[in-house]
Amino acid sequence: MATLSENKRAALLSILLLLAGLFVWEMSIPAQKAAGELTEYELLTGGGQPKAGVPPPSQVLAKAWEQLSDPFYDAGPNDKGIGIQIGYSIYRVLTGYLLAALIAIPLGFLIGMSSVAYKALNPFIQVLRPISPLAWMPLALFIIQDSEASAIFVIFICSIWPMLINTAFGVAAVREDWVNVARTHELGPIKTAFTVILPAAAPTIVTGMRISIGIAWLVIVAAEMLVGGTGIGYYVWNEWNNLDLTSVIFSILMIGVVGMLLDAAFGFLQRRVTYIE
Amino acid sequence: MNSFLSIEKLTQRFPDGAGGELTVFDDASFGVEKGEFVVILGHSGCGKSTIMNILAGLAEPTSGVVKMDGELVRGPSLDRGVVFQNYSLLPWLTTLKNVTFGVQARYPDWSKAKVIAHATEFLAMVGLEGDVIHRKPSQLSGGMRQRVSIARAFANHPKLLLLDEPFGALDALTRGTIQDELLKIWGQMEQTVFMITHDIDEAILLADRILLMTNGPFARVAESVEITIPRPRNRTEIIEHPNYYAIRNHLVQFLGKRSKELSGHPSTPGETNRPTPVRIDKTIPADDPEDQQPALRVVNS
Repeated sequence: MATLSENKRAALLSILLLLAGLFVWEMSIPAQKAAGELTEYELLTGGGQPKAGVPPPSQVLAKAWEQLSDPFYDAGPNDKGIGIQIGYSIYRVLTGYLLAALIAIPLGFLIGMSSVAYKALNPFIQVLRPISPLAWMPLALFIIQDSEASAIFVIFICSIWPMLINTAFGVAAVREDWVNVARTHELGPIKTAFTVILPAAAPTIVTGMRISIGIAWLVIVAAEMLVGGTGIGYYVWNEWNNLDLTSVIFSILMIGVVGMLLDAAFGFLQRRVTYIE
Repeated sequence: MNSFLSIEKLTQRFPDGAGGELTVFDDASFGVEKGEFVVILGHSGCGKSTIMNILAGLAEPTSGVVKMDGELVRGPSLDRGVVFQNYSLLPWLTTLKNVTFGVQARYPDWSKAKVIAHATEFLAMVGLEGDVIHRKPSQLSGGMRQRVSIARAFANHPKLLLLDEPFGALDALTRGTIQDELLKIWGQMEQTVFMITHDIDEAILLADRILLMTNGPFARVAESVEITIPRPRNRTEIIEHPNYYAIRNHLVQFLGKRSKELSGHPSTPGETNRPTPVRIDKTIPADDPEDQQPALRVVNS
């Protein structure tokens, strides 16, 4: 064991924990008794019927195999492949998120450059930021009159705040010396913004973007449960209505995997823009 | 007085936090000639850095003017290069790109290859060559970072180079090496330099002339001491020169005693506030140097 590197030992431990967890889960679910072993009384009271229960991991894995081997099938409104459902969710998240970034980053830049703007807008941001994004849903549905656009609006409103606040903070915290370097080199305001302030504030801005995408992915599941139709959130709720717990557990895992990939993408971006002083 | 750089009746006041005003320096006037290496020496708090920021165009004086080449200094300009004490390199750019950043700003119509060649040449002049120039500043030692900063400033051929305690954050050995580099590159370029320091030996080694500031508040440039030691100078040899200790003692006397005695008085109107020229030269064999230097006040230490 001592000859293995730390990473290898950690990976080994992860696999052992996973196997142990799956084993305990599989064992803790009572097996359905075969009809032949039942007493007459049990048969009369419906004991022979298949019982709804938490499915064992073996069934979930079988479901995952079945779904992932054909992720894009489309057999009507209530029967679409997991790939299509996740695709809808990602489309909504990215649309709302990109709209938020388009507004939050330039606006955050302006707020960060001017301490008056910072102080003037801060009370509004502080009041609007803690509002649960789903609380906007009724208002959005009434004003926009379209459930699809309302879901995107909810993503927009929840992902705007971390990006706005982090951009403003990052821009305001750019070291005076670096701005002086730009000034003594006679760079204009636009050039200074792009060649000095943006790279200097980039780590803080990308951190805000990473927090935002995480929140957006959390919120989309709840939003889709409300608006329905398509998406991974709708899929979870639909399978619950079908009492198909195997699919519910499978989709929960998929939500986790996609969330992890989105976070990893921004983690990569973050490492690219980080600098050491 | 028509110096290349002339500072006239410069006054800086700040609110003192208690509703009143704090006058950092009052009616400071002096000049710097083209190609001259001038060092300003004074205690901290006498406004050296404020003067530097005004010369760089990064700060506005309360009153008074700065003229360079006959033109008023208004705001920062590429004609006045600055080397800051804390290097002020952009940490997300490599060493080379920190220099090309400046060169591109100075010569926007140069080709990319020409900009890189120019930057590489100046980095080589301060002893940075090879792989080092592709490293980020965080991977360089303090001394190397300050070399990059010096290369960036010289590569832009500014009319005036401002050095704000450039060696303040470096250890004594590194400081010595970079002072030599600075002397070498300055010797090749005939660059006008204005530098702040509080290191007396550094000032004597580098300067043509040392301006002495009295303590603040109401600081002023009291004396202008000519360094009568011929160039090229070398740190190990200049201490043998007969003038070295005479000048050094004069500077120590000033900073230790007279800078306090002369401080704290608002200037009286009509009084000339130019620094008194001081020339100390022990190599002239006369006993009474005042006969030979009638225009100058000689201070015997």
